[in-house]
Amino acid sequence: MMYDSKITSLHLDVLKEIGNIGAAHAATALSTLLNKKIDMKVPKVEMISFDDMMDLAGGPESVVAGIYLRIEGDVTGSMFFVLPVEQANRFIRRLVQDETFNFQTGEVSEIGVSAMQELGNILSGSYLSALSDFTKLKIYPTVPALSVDMVGAIISFGLVELSHISDYVIVIDTAINEEDVPNEESVKGHFLLLPDPESFDAIFRALGVN
Amino acid sequence: MNAQGQIIKVGIADMNIAKAPDKIRTSGLGSCVGVVLYEERSTTVGMVHVMLPDSTLGRSNNINLAKFADTGITAMVEQLKLEGIQPYKLKAKIAGGAQMFQFTSSKDTMRIGPRNIEAVKEYLDKYSIPIVAEDTGGNSGRTIEFDPTTKLLNIRTVNQGVRDI
Repeated sequence: MMYDSKITSLHLDVLKEIGNIGAAHAATALSTLLNKKIDMKVPKVEMISFDDMMDLAGGPESVVAGIYLRIEGDVTGSMFFVLPVEQANRFIRRLVQDETFNFQTGEVSEIGVSAMQELGNILSGSYLSALSDFTKLKIYPTVPALSVDMVGAIISFGLVELSHISDYVIVIDTAINEEDVPNEESVKGHFLLLPDPESFDAIFRALGVN
Repeated sequence: MNAQGQIIKVGIADMNIAKAPDKIRTSGLGSCVGVVLYEERSTTVGMVHVMLPDSTLGRSNNINLAKFADTGITAMVEQLKLEGIQPYKLKAKIAGGAQMFQFTSSKDTMRIGPRNIEAVKEYLDKYSIPIVAEDTGGNSGRTIEFDPTTKLLNIRTVNQGVRDI
């Protein structure tokens, strides 16, 4: 199995390119939707422990709006789009034009939740269709599900499948930022792609790397 | 009052032991289940952060005992035995096993929270360890912290506040 053995720097570059292409399309879609500039970071590809994975998105207890979906087809895996809850609030306020919208209050307006789900749908759709075009692999996403809660609780769910065989995960992480938000406030959102271990071969083969 | 204790952290698929005045905590439990084992008159306690119900599901050679309900509970019972705590005196408090996402699919992985709870209860029952208190199921993430002095399990959620069980 590919997990412990032969991952070379060429492999990492290929995975980074996947993060780059997918997230670039998603960030463009987000920017168009919100009509504002979105800044994308250079993707990171890491093989990390489950605990480190939580830290990647702000630590197990930080509150996020998390969109989760499974990927099926030639490549299988999990995908998350994780936004710090303040950022999710700003996006949704802008989308539904309701300045009072807040995921952290008791009753959250249905239209806001629905907008967040649709946002997740559009972004993950653009990420994965770009990936599918690039690799010529068939990739079918499941309908994304939304949860606003602690990072640890949300992400550990996506690790369940993988945890049967490993205590580590290879994650393709691309962070996004709003350009016009002052730095200290600019908490990051993340696209996290977690291919199942047996899918790496398919990805590398599709891109001509052995 | 001796409140000088530290907080011992338990990661995901991890376990640890704490002695008063320290407290023991695990953060961001979703479908995972946090199991605290303690004895009424001892201030040494153990916590396991269970991720999967059954080690026979594992498909890897070197397994991490704390990851599974069966091996995790067994390993903690053994570890507490080394601390001089007899298994028949143990009690448990458990929390977690939430369903974080509402899917229409009834695929087994999607029901991992309820399956974890069932497995934990089954293995506690095997050792005849009574469950004194539990906060399981639902669809909220939980951070739990156990105080070996008071034997209270503090449970914090994002949407439903804080409570002790």
